[in-house]
Amino acid sequence: MTHRGTHLGDRTLAAAGLARVEGEGGMYVRVSDGRVEEVRLDIYEPPRFFEAFLAGRSYTEPPDITARICGICPVAYQTSACWAIEAACGVTLPEPLAGLRRLLYCGEWISSHALHIYMLHAPDFLGYPGAVELARDHREVVERGLSLRRAANALMEAIGGRSVHPVNVRVGGFYRVPSAGELAPVAEQLARALDLALETVRWVAGFDFPDFRCDHELLALRQPGSYPIEAGTLVSSRGLEFTAADFERHVIEEQVPHSTALHARLAGHGGSYLTGPLARYSLNSQWLPPAAAAAAADAGLGPVCRNPFQSIVVRAVETVCAIEEALRLVRAYRQPASPFAEAAPRAGTGHGVSEAPRGVLYHRYELDSAGIVRSARIIPPTSQNQAAIQDDLRGFVQDRLAFDDERLTRECEQAVRNYDPCISCATHFLRLRVDRGR
Amino acid sequence: MTGGAAQRRRVVVIGVGNTYRRDDGIGQEVLSRLRARAADDTADDTADGNPDDTADGNPDDTADGNPDDTVQLVTSDGEPASLVEAWTGASLAVVVDAVLAAAPGPPAPGRLHRIVLYRPDPVPARPVSSHGLGLGEAVRLGVALGRMPDRLIIHAVEAADVGHGPGLSPAVAAAAGPLTAAVLRDLRAG
Repeated sequence: MTHRGTHLGDRTLAAAGLARVEGEGGMYVRVSDGRVEEVRLDIYEPPRFFEAFLAGRSYTEPPDITARICGICPVAYQTSACWAIEAACGVTLPEPLAGLRRLLYCGEWISSHALHIYMLHAPDFLGYPGAVELARDHREVVERGLSLRRAANALMEAIGGRSVHPVNVRVGGFYRVPSAGELAPVAEQLARALDLALETVRWVAGFDFPDFRCDHELLALRQPGSYPIEAGTLVSSRGLEFTAADFERHVIEEQVPHSTALHARLAGHGGSYLTGPLARYSLNSQWLPPAAAAAAADAGLGPVCRNPFQSIVVRAVETVCAIEEALRLVRAYRQPASPFAEAAPRAGTGHGVSEAPRGVLYHRYELDSAGIVRSARIIPPTSQNQAAIQDDLRGFVQDRLAFDDERLTRECEQAVRNYDPCISCATHFLRLRVDRGR
Repeated sequence: MTGGAAQRRRVVVIGVGNTYRRDDGIGQEVLSRLRARAADDTADDTADGNPDDTADGNPDDTADGNPDDTVQLVTSDGEPASLVEAWTGASLAVVVDAVLAAAPGPPAPGRLHRIVLYRPDPVPARPVSSHGLGLGEAVRLGVALGRMPDRLIIHAVEAADVGHGPGLSPAVAAAAGPLTAAVLRDLRAG
């Protein structure tokens, strides 16, 4: 629904739903006298309710409960929860369980990125309203995306017990670990998927990208020597370095009236920041494994990428990275004697971070001596990115005010999809409203 | 894919939803009941390596069941591509999901709807759940890719509450038994 104001340059745009984002939310843009006065990304369903009903639960439960926050990135929730509770209990995850945790996480990256690239984002660049219409004209393309997801699901089922909301993750490791033999057929599927992922990079690198640059501070994990996936310490593009334990000293969350998700900013660094593929890549591209590094170079990505529209290329490169890493981990895997490290409860607070497909996911749990959760804090990537997305949209809309309402609305939706907002993490439809009038 | 008389047909029951979104958990509740029946009825029936997600065996292989079918039980969050993957190659797919009924008419939490699509090329009714409009989109995607089951039966339950937290509302909890029985009737009928 769109409304045009009485003055030229004052207008209201409202779209009843922004499709192809993960979650429910809305966007409101107000334009007055030819200037963008306000841009708001409205998010209705953050995981704050989960924080409330985690209190009083056993320390063994958050990995399974928080996995239900999001159907796309349950492993991220399980992993950050496990790190945090293990830290509170003073447990260090030994090899090969740590490798197995990274391997499971690789499956989630492949699945989530393939979903976003093929089903949600690529239709924007090819002029289709959605994946269904893309599938009608280019069935083989969509089938390639689904094949990537099948390989990812096979990996997640082998380790996690199932691909949706895996059930095999526990504090200290896993309930059951696979034999090396059980992973062999998964490796065969992954080897074929590597070719599909490389093809994906070549495909998306050929799209047309609007000239747009975001200058936000970038925040990501870093694991020197390897690309950050399931673990790491935090680094920013302006030189910040801190551990998960200091996350809440550096990341300040604020309530904003239009959204049930809190807005995050970096303390002392002025304001909004960006986490997710662009940040991860720009802060860690030197640690991409060989095939991913070569694919990035061939795609024309430099060591840093600040064009949100090119995030689809970065996701494709990260898909290659995740498959390469998964293959390496499967080859190195030796079945451990025990599927988990014992984690006895003790009073204390633990913090955990991991790189969800959409960016840094932080958990904090306070436990009592019996292992009962006294308080929980979950900061998902989408709520961290909310302010940065709004800032980018402000500049984006300002440069495109000459477009009619329909086109502007469509392009704003596309711009939001660059960030792959998982509003499930924070919910299924983003409603867009652009107000150009009084 | 259509199995011949000597070939076991693939049948899949898909429970869509999220057990931490109240009535949206009804799909998984029905799957749990089917799984329990399979465990009771076929004590020596082994799982296919995936203890929670799928059960390889007929959930009702008593005399009134259909012993020629391989019934797979699948949990889904309703994401369209995953639904298409789950029912690809099935002769029969039964989907159980919660819906919020649209007007006209007063809401009736717990009311059951059964929709049957044969090799469909439809514009299906849009079920509304906390995880979005995945099912209608999944049918459109399945049709576009030529990946629809021979027959798709959708059991939809009108929800009272899809807010945060575990547990079904009384009206939807009361519908779980009749709904499970309705799914079993479809499995027996084949």
